[in-house]
Amino acid sequence: MFPQIFHDLLFDYTVRTVALGAGVLGMVSGALGSFAVLRRQSLLGDAISHAALPGIVIAFMLTGSKAPIVLVLGAAIAGWLGTLLVMTIVARTRLPEDSALGIVLSVFFGFGLVLLTFVQQQPDAAQAGLDRFLFGQAATLLASDVVVLVTLGAVALFAVWLFWKEFKLLSFDRDFGVSLGYRMQVVDVLLTTFLVLAIVIGLQTVGVVLMSAMVVAPAAAARQWTDSLRTMVIGAALFGALAGVVGAVASAVTPNLPTGPSVVLTASALVLVSITFAPHRGLVWNWIRHRRNTERIVSRARVVSE
Amino acid sequence: MSWVEVELQMVAVIVAVTCALPGVFLVLRRMALMSDAITHTVLLGIVLGFLYTGTIESPVLMIGAALTGVLTVALVEVLVRTRLVRQDASIGLVFPALFSIAVILINRYAGNVHLDTDAVLLGEIAFAPFRRLEIGGVDLGPRTLYVMGTVLLLNVGFITLFYKELKLSTFDAQLAAALGFAPAALHYAFMSLVSVTAVGAFDAVGSILVVALMIAPPAAAYLLSDSLRNVLLLSVLLAAACAVAGFWLAWLIDASIAGSMASMAGIMFVLVLLFAPARGLVPIAVRRRRQQVSFAGVMLTIHLLQHEGTPQAEEESREAHLRHHLRWPGAFARRVLRYAETSRLIRRSDGRLLLTDSGRSVARQALGG
Repeated sequence: MFPQIFHDLLFDYTVRTVALGAGVLGMVSGALGSFAVLRRQSLLGDAISHAALPGIVIAFMLTGSKAPIVLVLGAAIAGWLGTLLVMTIVARTRLPEDSALGIVLSVFFGFGLVLLTFVQQQPDAAQAGLDRFLFGQAATLLASDVVVLVTLGAVALFAVWLFWKEFKLLSFDRDFGVSLGYRMQVVDVLLTTFLVLAIVIGLQTVGVVLMSAMVVAPAAAARQWTDSLRTMVIGAALFGALAGVVGAVASAVTPNLPTGPSVVLTASALVLVSITFAPHRGLVWNWIRHRRNTERIVSRARVVSE
Repeated sequence: MSWVEVELQMVAVIVAVTCALPGVFLVLRRMALMSDAITHTVLLGIVLGFLYTGTIESPVLMIGAALTGVLTVALVEVLVRTRLVRQDASIGLVFPALFSIAVILINRYAGNVHLDTDAVLLGEIAFAPFRRLEIGGVDLGPRTLYVMGTVLLLNVGFITLFYKELKLSTFDAQLAAALGFAPAALHYAFMSLVSVTAVGAFDAVGSILVVALMIAPPAAAYLLSDSLRNVLLLSVLLAAACAVAGFWLAWLIDASIAGSMASMAGIMFVLVLLFAPARGLVPIAVRRRRQQVSFAGVMLTIHLLQHEGTPQAEEESREAHLRHHLRWPGAFARRVLRYAETSRLIRRSDGRLLLTDSGRSVARQALGG
């Protein structure tokens, strides 16, 4: 069976395209998700991916085109506006961040739904397939989609490398950054912009709901193995890529196993393994340390009492 | 208005109100995004219920759905307790995983029934009037109306019965625990209620819009009032208004009713965000501006008082010199002068500014005299 999988991965067009797409997506969202998870903004991904819907529909209404680059652009603008709105609400009112995220997520999505149902009344069938962005259909990925994915993903990763110092400051000590004279607000918007980019390129592969998992899961798994940001970001990118490829291949060789959920469950499994077995932080490690400590104390107590 | 339209609006209003009530506590307890998680994971309960009973109409599905809602809350809590993952990340890990399992189960075992993910996520209230409740051949109206009516009664009953406990554990969990109110038990009871509400409502409006109805009206109400009782009342009113307005918007442009309701909730929230009397962004800006001008007015009286009766008074009280001396931009200086004049702090006489009696006393008071 195994040689067959490798054969498909190398020579079957669909399997190769989907696995490559999901792998790149996992890599980019893992790397950028690390910052979101560290900044306690894990659910920003969820909000952005929902907020992208009206952007997708409006982009289609304005251009009449369903080219991936047009729709991704629309999605990015809407997702970006949504994030800006969340930031405004949190900064200017007493509403907690989770409420702000919830409002933006649901209202943008509802508005997108209105637009989508409105567009769908049009007599021509050009709008058909717009909703694949909602639920994600990795199996319909084309080589040209993957080219877009790889290009935008490379831009996002390059930005992480370029603004490494600023993003690190923002994640750990924003006030220190301000005191050094950095414009942290600008850095914040910049980081968010690239997170938006990472999310919208993933929408058509795994869909709205599952995209939020791709931001959180690889980063949460990588976090368990290290205390260094560099290792965590690289680890999250690798975990993400692994989840993407393994999930895609598993879905290709198993009948009736949709790609998106398969990728997400692979990533979830990585998290489970990490929090159980990771050295120093993991549950098993902690349990052993706890037992050793107990034994040591008990044996010392015995020595003392004799 | 046809009877179907009346029925649709009744369903819309009752769904909106039922969601808004527990939503108030979700917003106040910073658990707003739990509603997002629960509305997604209940799909798993429905699928499992369906696989167990073989039918989509059984009440077992509802029970299963409500239980998975509670399971979601428990799993998130377990993850947070390990202290390896924070709360926001835990939510973001648990619900996509459970949702994925549900989607896979549907694809593998229930592909041919009407149980697709689109219907669950998007929902469509327009179908509500077609599902009737009939007893002994008598048509009693849309079934959703009765389901949601029961859930509404449950919500109202729970909130009235445990009002004091909910209030205390929301605003001061430690005190509630110290007084023996068992906040954990209350928390799970409340989250079960949220799950039941989500299950009942998402059948009608879809999961994302349950989130809109649970969070937007209470968040808007929270910007309008400081009293829990008023926040609850306002949320209910706002939710009902969104429902009716949303229905007519959808009717007008022939689009999704649930989506229109969510859009209306968004518009309403933005209006409140901008114009709420005490906390709106516009009133705050106006107030700040007014304070700036009135502070500058006091500055002006002090300046004039300092030079009153001295040889420089002639020059120091000229309007042009003032702008230069106090470094006020032209438009701002004009506004300050207008303010000082209309509130009778100063008066003009041939190009010079003179203090009035009340202006003099304001200046002395500001100087602490």
